[in-house]
Amino acid sequence: MNKLDDSAALPPTASRDIKTIVNAGLKRRHAAERRFRGYGLTAISLGLAFVVLMFANIIGKGYPAFWQTYIQVPVTFDPTVIDPDGRRDPKALENADYAALVRAGLRGLFPQVEGRRELRSLYGLISNNAPLTLRAQVLADPTLIGASQEIWLLASATVDTLIKGNIDRTLDESLRPVKDNELGWIDQLHASGKIQRKFNTILFSNGDSREPEQAGIRGALMGSFYTLLITLLLSFPIGVATAVYLEEFAPKNRWTDLIEVNINNLAAVPSIVFGLLGLAVFINFFGLPRSAPLVGGLVLSLMTLPVIIIAGRAALTSVPPSIREAALGMGASKLQMVGHHVLPLAMPGMLTGSIIGMARALGESAPLLMIGMVAFIVDVPRGITDPATVLPVQIYLWADLPERAFVERTSAAIMVLLGFMVLMNGLAIVLRKRFERRW
Amino acid sequence: MLSSLLLTLLLLSSAGYYLGRNRAFRVAGDHIRNLHSLPSFYGSYTALWCGLPALIVVAVWAMLQPGVILELVVAGLPPELRELPPDRLGLVLNDIQNLVSGNIVSSAPDPAILAAAEHYRNLQLTGHVCLWIVALLLATAGIAYGWRAISPKLRARNQVERVVTLLLIASSTVAIFTTVGIVLSVLFESIRFFHKVPLTDFLLGLQWSPQTALRADQIGSSGAFGVVPLFAGTLLISGIAMLVAVPIGLMSALYLSEYATPKLRAIAKPMLEILAGIPTVVYGFFAALTVAPLIRDTGAALGLQVASESALAAGLVMGIMIIPFVSSLSDDVINAVPQSMRDGSYALGATKSETIKRVLLPAALPGIVGSILLAVSRAIGETMIVVMAAGLSANLTANPLQAVTTVTVQIVTLLTGDQEFDSAKTLAAFALGLLLFIVTLILNIIALHVVRKYREQYE
Amino acid sequence: MNTMTIEARVPLDGALNPNAREVPLSSTQITDYDHRQTVGKITVDNPKMLCREVNVYYSEKHALRQVSLDIGANEVIAFIGPSGCGKSTFLRCLNRMNDTIASCRITGQIQLDGDNIYDKNIDVVQLRARVGMVFQKPNPFPKSIYENVAYGPRIHGMVNGKAELDELVQASLERAGLIKEVEKRMDEPGTSLSGGQQQRLCIARAIAVNPEVILMDEPCSALDPIATAKIEELIDELRENYTLVIVTHSMQQAARVSQRTAYFHLGDLIEIGETDQIFTNPKHKLTEDYITGRFG
Repeated sequence: MNKLDDSAALPPTASRDIKTIVNAGLKRRHAAERRFRGYGLTAISLGLAFVVLMFANIIGKGYPAFWQTYIQVPVTFDPTVIDPDGRRDPKALENADYAALVRAGLRGLFPQVEGRRELRSLYGLISNNAPLTLRAQVLADPTLIGASQEIWLLASATVDTLIKGNIDRTLDESLRPVKDNELGWIDQLHASGKIQRKFNTILFSNGDSREPEQAGIRGALMGSFYTLLITLLLSFPIGVATAVYLEEFAPKNRWTDLIEVNINNLAAVPSIVFGLLGLAVFINFFGLPRSAPLVGGLVLSLMTLPVIIIAGRAALTSVPPSIREAALGMGASKLQMVGHHVLPLAMPGMLTGSIIGMARALGESAPLLMIGMVAFIVDVPRGITDPATVLPVQIYLWADLPERAFVERTSAAIMVLLGFMVLMNGLAIVLRKRFERRW
Repeated sequence: MLSSLLLTLLLLSSAGYYLGRNRAFRVAGDHIRNLHSLPSFYGSYTALWCGLPALIVVAVWAMLQPGVILELVVAGLPPELRELPPDRLGLVLNDIQNLVSGNIVSSAPDPAILAAAEHYRNLQLTGHVCLWIVALLLATAGIAYGWRAISPKLRARNQVERVVTLLLIASSTVAIFTTVGIVLSVLFESIRFFHKVPLTDFLLGLQWSPQTALRADQIGSSGAFGVVPLFAGTLLISGIAMLVAVPIGLMSALYLSEYATPKLRAIAKPMLEILAGIPTVVYGFFAALTVAPLIRDTGAALGLQVASESALAAGLVMGIMIIPFVSSLSDDVINAVPQSMRDGSYALGATKSETIKRVLLPAALPGIVGSILLAVSRAIGETMIVVMAAGLSANLTANPLQAVTTVTVQIVTLLTGDQEFDSAKTLAAFALGLLLFIVTLILNIIALHVVRKYREQYE
Repeated sequence: MNTMTIEARVPLDGALNPNAREVPLSSTQITDYDHRQTVGKITVDNPKMLCREVNVYYSEKHALRQVSLDIGANEVIAFIGPSGCGKSTFLRCLNRMNDTIASCRITGQIQLDGDNIYDKNIDVVQLRARVGMVFQKPNPFPKSIYENVAYGPRIHGMVNGKAELDELVQASLERAGLIKEVEKRMDEPGTSLSGGQQQRLCIARAIAVNPEVILMDEPCSALDPIATAKIEELIDELRENYTLVIVTHSMQQAARVSQRTAYFHLGDLIEIGETDQIFTNPKHKLTEDYITGRFG
């Protein structure tokens, strides 16, 4: 221990009054402090601004899609057109020319319109599924035949876009999708209350379509449902089993180290690589059907597994060892200890992790592009091997289409997707809050 | 078909469970203590004997059946069809399979093919019937065996537990098999690709135009498969993304953990994490329909030539996506620095920002670098944003206002749409996938290693 | 009460503060456990810091009640008491380290050379430069030994040029009695030193700023006996230039290094006085029970 002596005295600068020295720099240092704080605040505000901007942008664009324009047309179910031999034969009724009824109705509204081209654009006001609507009505109630009714028919996408105010009327006619004569008819209908906006049920009841006004997300929703079902059925049990094995049973050796490293790396492998795996292994090697929710679910469960395993292990480690010792001390076998005590206590955490993993799987699209879930599919899938697409891929498909009406629908589909995300994450949060235990 | 069989097996197994349990009660006599294990273990023992062997057989059978049937159908084809070259034969088999599954085949089918389809259908039916019989027999035999084996001395618990442990071990290997599957699937196709295009051309080529000839004598039949422009594009977009994400993410993490009041933290942190939960397709849509036109119009107003699929738009939006990734990882890292470091600095009279800049950041640096590497790996592998907002043409440029393409975009473009599985064009996608896998794997391993070493330092 | 044993252990070498006066309550003994008024003389003749009616609250919890005492210039004052008694909390009030805890609220007055340190005009940066602190666990920064000591002078802009800084680092390490051990390895990380060396490094780091008061929060609790002895010697030497406040859970340490001792109990300052008086003749039953080992 050295004793204090003169040589250890502090140099003159340091022994100067500390108060004055510090004071001299204070102003500059506090300015630097304020600047730094400002940077931080700016960063946070930017981040939050992005969130708000994106949501505002998507909701602003998608909100109108929940309403759809209909035109009221007087339709006469003329027996000479749809049931010429008067036998009410369902087969004949099914194949009758309902389009003629629609055309007649429209001509009835605008008797002054003449000429093939003029008439064609008049008929174009109504979506081309109108005959199907009429047919369904007649088949459901054959007494309609011979009657006249005012029927609300789905307007075409152009009319809808115009009514929603998304077409600039001041543009030159040649640059506008709606010509002057059409504008006149639409305004006339509008003035007489024959154009109305109703809640868009088609969006939720139809599959995809080339016509924006007839396109819906039901097919994609069902596809997502089946895909997630497979994902859940596969990844949850396997994930929980793996977590239990690694946390409770596995000896600490090279093999389990390898598994651990593997899981951590899999969690960071780009999703598209999983798609390549699905294409090469499930489709080309095992010969499973393309575009099927089965394959999509397989691929997504491989992607979700690491998430569930990591969450599961965290949940298991949070169960204190005293519980394990208590169970073993009572003479339970290791498996009984896990099954009766540790697993039930860890279950809420595992469920939370799984729900978050499923939410992520719901939003995943890149790997599904690889396995053919991007096809244009009109029919709503009815099983795990039917060709299908999923909600995010539907969004991707629609986002590519130039029509304004599709932009609207894409945003609406995004809102639905985000709604599900919020629901699932909310469920996870509630679960965590409800069952959270502090040891 | 298969699902009803599985359901039946499940029912049989539960029946086995009850039979086994009842039998255990009976053999125990008056004292249940005579039994080695709890009665329910005898039940599970019987159920396992019933279900497991049958399930294994069903699984193997279901895997092998299509191949065997195909072989038999080919063998049954008339000789002129059988001797067709493999690719033509494949088309014929495709037709047959389509007929069997009831799809419409383009041309009026050949009677030989119709007959083959009939043959196929018959074989399928026979196969299913056989499978049912075998599975049910096995299940019943299992129940009988388990039931007979039950005696008070039978160590049912140990045996059941051994099976369960084996199942647990099997589950844990799925992760390994996934990695092996990834490596093998991309590796095999890549090797086939490198037979057609030399590795050096692929890695060093400056041209990317994945065209392959439809006919051998076509002009310009050989496409160019040089990966450099793709990687340059990927790096350009990822670089822009990191320029956005790292400062914003890092500064927000610092602000939230060092300055923010608990209230602000409680609101802002989850708000930022919302960004992480938004599906990437949504970002893609936002980039393509909002940000890209905005940048193009702004550029035009400033007199700049901006491509409508500029790297800037994709990079910006990707950066937004990565902000929460950087911020939550850095938050973990910053919080891992012990409070005593901060106290030591404050006690010397340092201001907050001095403490952050001179103590906290140097201490957390390895962890932050690790997080950034993970974020880079994520940016490189990101697909949807670039597929929707970046271009397709492989420009070798560093100008963020021009359109570039990325590795992931090319994989998607090459593999969506109908492609023959043998063409260099399709195989190129797998070679790109291999490259992507290797690059991200290296980044991840380094990053995870750095982060772990860093954590250990303060544990 | 076995005061004999304690008396035997306390090395009284006459180095006590000559200015400290006789304790006024020498004749009476307080036997009421509920008596919470401070016993003993709280004032000194040449105070460096004055604390009056200091109260500390953590959210709703009243952690420290009505503490008043003086800290004399160039003395070593020890705070003792069972854990949770508020001694560390009080210590952290002296350089406003409690500011970093959001839920913490402080009332009362603490003066340093006549300035109220909780006054709006007082800059906490300047205050902490004047009142340094050494913590329970050695906490060297993850930097080199040299950089650790140079940290304070650098941020405060105390030196001009490298040569001056070198000189200051050397001198500080020498004062902390560490120079011989680290002379050859200034560029190695501070964390590569042993626990005791790390703690002396932290003391050197505090000295480098040339503070007026040094606060030590159980500086030896994480150290082995030999390292502890070195630090205690160092404390005794530092008294010449600095005022030291030391919190300790070791009564022997308080007896060895301090001139005055304050005994805290569950948020109250129970007794204060010259160290030999506290240890040989405590006036409050609680103090007596504590130093005789009935609890603690």
